Amino acid sequence: MSSKCHVSCRFILIPVLARRFAASATGTAIGLFARAVTAVQATWAGCAPEPRQRVYFANHTSNGDFVLIWTVLPPFMRDMTRPVAAREYWLTSPLRSFIGRDVFNAVLIDRRPEARTEDPVAQMIAAADTGASLIVFPEGQRNMTTETLLPFKTGLYHFARQRPEIDLVPVWIANLNRVMPKGEVIPIPLICTVTFGTPLHVTEGEAKDAFLARAEAALRATAPAERVPA
Amino acid sequence: MTAMPTDLWLLLLGLGGVLLAASGIGYALAQTRGADDPVIDNLNARINAWWVMVILMGLALTFGKAGASVLFAFCSFAALREFVTLTDTRRADHMALVAAFFVVIPVQYWLVWAEWYGFYSIFIPVYAFLLLPIIVTLRGDTGRFLARVAELQWALMVCVFSVSHVPALLSLQIPGFEGRNVLLIAFLVVVVQGSDVCQYIWGKLLGRHKIAPNLSPSKTWEGFIGGALSAIVIGASLSWLTPFTPLQAGGMALIIVLMGFFGGLVMSAIKRDRGVKDWGQMIAGHGGFIDRLDSVIFSAPIFFHLTRYFWSTV
Repeated sequence: MSSKCHVSCRFILIPVLARRFAASATGTAIGLFARAVTAVQATWAGCAPEPRQRVYFANHTSNGDFVLIWTVLPPFMRDMTRPVAAREYWLTSPLRSFIGRDVFNAVLIDRRPEARTEDPVAQMIAAADTGASLIVFPEGQRNMTTETLLPFKTGLYHFARQRPEIDLVPVWIANLNRVMPKGEVIPIPLICTVTFGTPLHVTEGEAKDAFLARAEAALRATAPAERVPA
Repeated sequence: MTAMPTDLWLLLLGLGGVLLAASGIGYALAQTRGADDPVIDNLNARINAWWVMVILMGLALTFGKAGASVLFAFCSFAALREFVTLTDTRRADHMALVAAFFVVIPVQYWLVWAEWYGFYSIFIPVYAFLLLPIIVTLRGDTGRFLARVAELQWALMVCVFSVSHVPALLSLQIPGFEGRNVLLIAFLVVVVQGSDVCQYIWGKLLGRHKIAPNLSPSKTWEGFIGGALSAIVIGASLSWLTPFTPLQAGGMALIIVLMGFFGGLVMSAIKRDRGVKDWGQMIAGHGGFIDRLDSVIFSAPIFFHLTRYFWSTV
């Protein structure tokens, strides 16, 4: 009986292990590439790099944003952290699906209310209930404007109301939009920084708009002092 | 590739001895004054970084011209990245910046490696100077145009053109000095960095009167004079490495020290203008690459041209 299992297990295990190995190697390669291009520096301004369950909410100007956060997290934090990403983007090709699902273990949510079958907040709650930390971009889309931030979507508030004990950490990603502006093909190797701010929580009875305004202000406050062009 | 001169081994051995002593003193200070004193903490971080820099430098020079070209090309890349990060680039600059990083740096160092003096001396001041603004213009964004193209040209002159004069020393041909040019690099780097280190030490020990409080709060008259005199002594005592007499070596060291000192002030002025303390955080205790290279940037081309004019046959 054991030998029978051995044979059938091998057929299942080898592709699974190979896929896992490929995912891990790809993750390492992507991290090294991100470091080579951006020499990314992490600043733990408002909290320490410790294995606590957190929701990192960040500004969003580039498709590489979550890669940069993922890269600067120490390995013991990285393994428990999952980016929340757009299903309709990451499932459009086998390569994207491999990177999204296998490499980054993303929580894939559908941003199109008319097309989706699952509630994004419920998916985030389910992921958090397994102990995972999450990376979210509350602006909901890449910011292509000259504004510092776009108005936040409400998902962060609904999540915070249901899991009020989890730290919400504002994360400011600086310069990545200069490395690879939209429409360019070749990145330029500028130094990027990722700044982790002071965690916040939704307070008892706090209204949606008040909380979102506070979260937005906290994220703005996390940004390193901007030099003003003359 | 020529075999590394024995003198370089002797010099590296000597530097190893100095660093051993420095590490010993740093360790003793940390034991007696407490390891959490930020000044001592920074001192030990600097000494550790020096170990890495001396070992990398020694390794590169054992590979001769190719090693030196690759090492300084990498320094230029890291420096240019720090410089451009602090400038206010726009999307319209993207292609010109791509060209600066991925065309200008490799071409400049290839020309240096190929010893093509007539081209590497004008490639950035002439060709990059004229062609990059044309690439920027093609995007049609005229906002702050002059500032943007001027900043890019400055970045290239400082981070690539100047720095490339260090490996370019290998292309000089000095009668009676054949196969020993790598020692010119060693002389320049030891005098420049020795001057920086001695200014730091004299400044920490005796520094009272600030030279340029607006530019660099840590630079004092005591540090500058003590450091400059120490570096001239170091330079004169290293004349056995060079084609210079002790007096000439001391004079070269004086010029290197002055250029390095004022170069440090110029680069500080840029940092103050940009509102930062250091150019980066790549080298623990020192800041960025440019913080370590600023005095090399201003002294290398002058040292190169003086040596070339008075000693070299090409």
